[in-house]
Amino acid sequence: MMKLQYQHVHKAFGEKTVLDGIDLNVGVGGAIALIGASGSGKSTLLRCTNLLEPIDDGAILLDGDDITEPGRDADPIRRRIGMVFQSFNLFPHMNVLSNVTLSPRKVLGKSKAEANDAAMAMLTRFGLADKAGDYPDRLSGGQQQRVAIVRALQMNPEVMLLDEITSALDPELVGEVLNVVRDLRADGMTMIIATHEMSFAREIADTVCFLKNGVIAEQGPPQQIFSAPTHPDTRDFLARVIASGRL
Amino acid sequence: MHGADAEQASAPSRSAPGRRAEFERAQRRRSTLLATASTAVLLGLIIWQVPKLSGWQRVRKSFFDRKTFSDAFDPVLHAFWLDVKIFLVCAPLIILFGMLIALSRSVRSPLLFPLRMAATLYVDIVRGVPIILWLYLIGFGGAGLMNVREVGFGPIKIGTYLFLGGVALVVTYSAYVAEVFRAGIEGVHESQRSGARSLGLSTWHTNRHVVLPQAVRRVIPPLMNDFISLQKDVALVSVLGPIEALRRADVLQDKLFNFTPFVVAAVLFLCVSIPLTRTADYLLAKERRTMSGTAVR
Ligand SMILES: Nc1ncnc2c1ncn2[C@@H]1O[C@H](COP(=O)(O)OP(=O)(O)OP(=O)(O)O)[C@@H](O)[C@H]1O
Ligand SMILES: [Mg+2]
Repeated sequence: MMKLQYQHVHKAFGEKTVLDGIDLNVGVGGAIALIGASGSGKSTLLRCTNLLEPIDDGAILLDGDDITEPGRDADPIRRRIGMVFQSFNLFPHMNVLSNVTLSPRKVLGKSKAEANDAAMAMLTRFGLADKAGDYPDRLSGGQQQRVAIVRALQMNPEVMLLDEITSALDPELVGEVLNVVRDLRADGMTMIIATHEMSFAREIADTVCFLKNGVIAEQGPPQQIFSAPTHPDTRDFLARVIASGRL
Repeated sequence: MHGADAEQASAPSRSAPGRRAEFERAQRRRSTLLATASTAVLLGLIIWQVPKLSGWQRVRKSFFDRKTFSDAFDPVLHAFWLDVKIFLVCAPLIILFGMLIALSRSVRSPLLFPLRMAATLYVDIVRGVPIILWLYLIGFGGAGLMNVREVGFGPIKIGTYLFLGGVALVVTYSAYVAEVFRAGIEGVHESQRSGARSLGLSTWHTNRHVVLPQAVRRVIPPLMNDFISLQKDVALVSVLGPIEALRRADVLQDKLFNFTPFVVAAVLFLCVSIPLTRTADYLLAKERRTMSGTAVR
């Protein structure tokens, strides 16, 4: 059973082709790690999946249904796909609870009490209950990212897209955010994770995809990609990552 | 070197806040003392030297005459009330029209393209001509065109120079204020929009709950500056004839052969604009603090 299918996905910004025919299947409950150099198109692929960017050619299917059909209303689809971004984009003018309950109330039409209860339950689960009344700028980066994850989860998404959610964090804050992702994984959430944390990719993913020149140059289980990469570019990339001490 | 610095900065030291506070207190005391001393010296010099200047007595007689000041105060103050009323009526209208023009300029729907173009053209044309010229065009031009004086309701008479002057202020200032609003809307970072849309929020909900609240917050300080200018520019309406403070002072000046009435008018304008300016500065500083965490000295 496939949750997401990418079929020859193309995307260019002006003259610059960023995705040049991406083919990928993501099973229900699967966890894909996207790795690749900066600028290789990881964020673009995730933004296209959430329909924040339109693709130029090819198709993306959610439960076998083409969500990239031109002219299709994006909002109902976005509800089913949660996304967390690299730089924190909590709403700075709202406290944590309002950040987390805005879309359940406005999009799902939940009552305030209902939305608050659900939000508090999840904030408590991730150790954020005492931050509910705080504004985002009072939180540490790690707390902000955990709130962003909770905010996305409040929509009960079927898929989570995580775009380098730890790369803007101080090293000592990375762990608390990754723990939340481990939790999601244990719950069987389908996820696509763009990351520079190779050890985390190795631990959490069932499939690792290496992006280069707009295509998936190599994909396979983490043991294979990290221990015995077959593509020379993958070997190169991993060698550079190791040299910079990030593996 | 670098490592040592970092260690020192992060080392938890109990005495540091106390020592620091003491140091800052001493620093502040010293600054206050210096500021007071330099101000006193400067004031002393002015008081001591200026009366010795050859023209001073004449300047004093024609600009700062005590008797004329108190004679002119009441009539000018009375006329100043009209300035305040013009301001209070025009300001809300300017905010309303400014917001509408700004939103018209931001629409992306092809159906509304004419609206967007009209708004852009409006802003360009209005801002390209001096305000006082608009007053002449709309005031005298409008009066000639309408040829009515007394039609209207209550105290508002369409066709009076006062009414047309107000129209001219609303027409011109709306264009300036629209640009402030537009900058505020565009200043909200794209990631805020992405964040909202990724949650399934519609364009309308995204604008209503995420973009506009942040835009309005950002826009308040620059908007204050525009309204400080407006508070003074209401005096321009006098070119059309209504007897507001500047006009009244002008009449008195003619009668008394003394410029002190102008000083009275100036003092009255200052009484309103200085508090406004201080408030705007305060809001601006506050905005900067919240946006960047702590202020760097
Ligand atoms: N909105 C845009 N307009 C123009 N070019 C863009 C836009 N977004 C991304 N690009 C370009 O597309 C390419 C891929 O960017 P993308 O952000 O997807 O890379 P990435 O793999 O996520 O990199 P990083 O690891 O640095 O986050 C880059 O060359 C970038 O400059
Ligand atoms: Mg990226």
